[in-house]
Amino acid sequence: MKLSSFKLLLATAFLSFAVIPAAFSAAEKEPNLDANVDVSDKVSLARGAKYYANFCMGCHSLEFSRYNRVAMDLGLEEADIKPLIFTRDDDDNIHKPGALMVNAIRTKDAIRWFGIAPPDLTVIARAKGGGDWLYSYLKGFYRDDSRPFGVNNLYFSNVGMPHVLQELQGLQELDVIDDGKGHLIKTLKLVEPGKMSVGEYDQVAKDLTNFMVYVAEPAQLHRTFYGVLTLLFLFVLLVLSYFLKKEFWKDIH
Amino acid sequence: MNGLLNWVDARFPLTETWNKHIAEYYAPKNFNFFYFFGSLALLCLVLQIVTGIFLTMHYKPDAEMAFASVEYIMRDVPGGWFIRYMHSTGASMFFIVVYLHMFRGLIYGSFKGPRELVWLIGMLIYLALMAEAFMGYLLPWGQMSFWGAQVIINLFNTIPYIGDVVSTTIRGDFVISDPTLNRFFAFHVVAVPLILVGLVFVHIVALHAVGSNNPDGVDIKKLKDERGIPLDGIPFHPYYTVKDIVGVVVFLIVFFFIVFFMPEGGGYFIEHANFEPANALKTPEHIAPVWYFTPFYTVLRAVPDPWYGTLAMFAAIAVLFVLPWLDKNPIKSVRYRNKAHLINLAWFATTFIVLGVLGVMAVTDGLKELGTRGTQIYFLFFAVTYVHSRPQQANYLMWFVVLLVTVLFWDFLRYDSSFTANQVSLFWQMLLLPIAYLATTLLLPHFVGGANKEKEVPTRVTG
Repeated sequence: MKLSSFKLLLATAFLSFAVIPAAFSAAEKEPNLDANVDVSDKVSLARGAKYYANFCMGCHSLEFSRYNRVAMDLGLEEADIKPLIFTRDDDDNIHKPGALMVNAIRTKDAIRWFGIAPPDLTVIARAKGGGDWLYSYLKGFYRDDSRPFGVNNLYFSNVGMPHVLQELQGLQELDVIDDGKGHLIKTLKLVEPGKMSVGEYDQVAKDLTNFMVYVAEPAQLHRTFYGVLTLLFLFVLLVLSYFLKKEFWKDIH
Repeated sequence: MNGLLNWVDARFPLTETWNKHIAEYYAPKNFNFFYFFGSLALLCLVLQIVTGIFLTMHYKPDAEMAFASVEYIMRDVPGGWFIRYMHSTGASMFFIVVYLHMFRGLIYGSFKGPRELVWLIGMLIYLALMAEAFMGYLLPWGQMSFWGAQVIINLFNTIPYIGDVVSTTIRGDFVISDPTLNRFFAFHVVAVPLILVGLVFVHIVALHAVGSNNPDGVDIKKLKDERGIPLDGIPFHPYYTVKDIVGVVVFLIVFFFIVFFMPEGGGYFIEHANFEPANALKTPEHIAPVWYFTPFYTVLRAVPDPWYGTLAMFAAIAVLFVLPWLDKNPIKSVRYRNKAHLINLAWFATTFIVLGVLGVMAVTDGLKELGTRGTQIYFLFFAVTYVHSRPQQANYLMWFVVLLVTVLFWDFLRYDSSFTANQVSLFWQMLLLPIAYLATTLLLPHFVGGANKEKEVPTRVTG
């Protein structure tokens, strides 16, 4: 094949990206912390599931996910997941492990209490493009007496919910320093310690983030396995098809 | 076996069709990399139809259930995630393949006589494909599904006098809602696929009637051996069937790498915001269409007036239809055209990609001006292509002045006293872009003889 067309294509692609001005400045937003998500850490996922059920699920359902699927993916028995089920079906029996992970809050009540129904969070990690934002958010609450629940969030300004994990983390305050060059450096410092040390709370935030990332796409636990098999097969097929082509084409000059 | 074949052949032209289109269809022997994308586009179509059928078995076209049913496919349907990712990845790959296929036609002059109809039918396929993708994107009923559709359907609102009626008819309601989802589903799974398959069939029939072009743009039918077989032709089967298999395998490696390892395609194949259910009361801060529409979206945004913007966007697509009648240069392939033509094509491809990148970004003053300048170059390309039809007789200087004046007139129309100092300075700085474009494509061949020299087209294909 002639190289010229290839060169044209490459030059085009290269030039295009060089032309876009680097001066593209995004709205000033606090950069996310790195969550170091690891969905293969099943113990962390299980802890995350537990924290979620205990602290979050009262308001935020996971209505596309099922308890027994979570148990299966985390290597747990159905019996292990039963303590996390608090909701009941129409006959007032506690939900079975095959049920969707809904909660008991009524939308009308939620709107009356919070002004807005707390959103379902099954796929929030995907909506946010990964776990970093969630991790930052969980660590981003600080005291703000002007807010209805007394807290604000560095990564979600004027957030509408209280700091549910405050008993674990304690309360932070916001420090804003002007560096004189027009940039505000914002830092959070712990002013009232909670039940946990900073390291322990970080782990809670990480476990929760891990779990959220997992539950947003359970297929991610095994799709790479199929991916490797598929690609191995295709590479073998590529070698075979290449030599088949070569064999057929040997008389064409 | 032979008996059965004879029985069928007596009732249906099976052997005849096989020979005419496959076994005795003589294709030029010098197809290169770019010639894989025709068969790959066909593969994409088949993949989309097959995966689409399986998705339809589980999807619910209902505003209350659509989003949940997609998550149900992702979680509870065995292999559902695999089918869904093939379909979502397939949509983007289809456009990548089709854009390269069209680019091939552009650089090797495959749209020129006698293949004008092949090009026109191909453009209709491209239009149908855009409609298909647009309507399919509404179905997951996420925020981008909803607001992307909102933006596009509202374009029809800008049509004078009848805009309201048109957009209401498209939606089936005064806002995007359940009836919109239902009719888009009907179009996406029945109407448009039928049209697409029909058009692809006609595209291939038309191609096989006139024969394939090649990277040299040489007509292989001019030189035939005593049996009437083109000297530079080889039977499509087995030569190109085995060659296309290699292309298919390479394509599948890329395809399945995306499906299994990065199904969101970095947020471009499946946009992050689409994991939030559609909410008519919450406008996302940044609405970006899926990447394959973004070049035209930038054209739309480049024109301040919505109605003229809509016209410009549709004109950007429509002008491609008339390409065979703009470029009358008898030399087909870029290999034998003058350097100025090569530069012109490079500008066009670059501009198209830049417009595409701009379309996914939030608008700033600089990017908006760049988008406008890119739009100008996009349209100038077609005028310059016309000028390059007769490089020896072309009055390059006159055309340079005419086209520059056109640009300046456009600028005069859009220059507004409300521009900020920053916008004014960007306006003048980036005026250099269309000037540079016109200079390299029109002044260069005028003043540098080498850039205007065409090479002799060989009688036989090379390489």
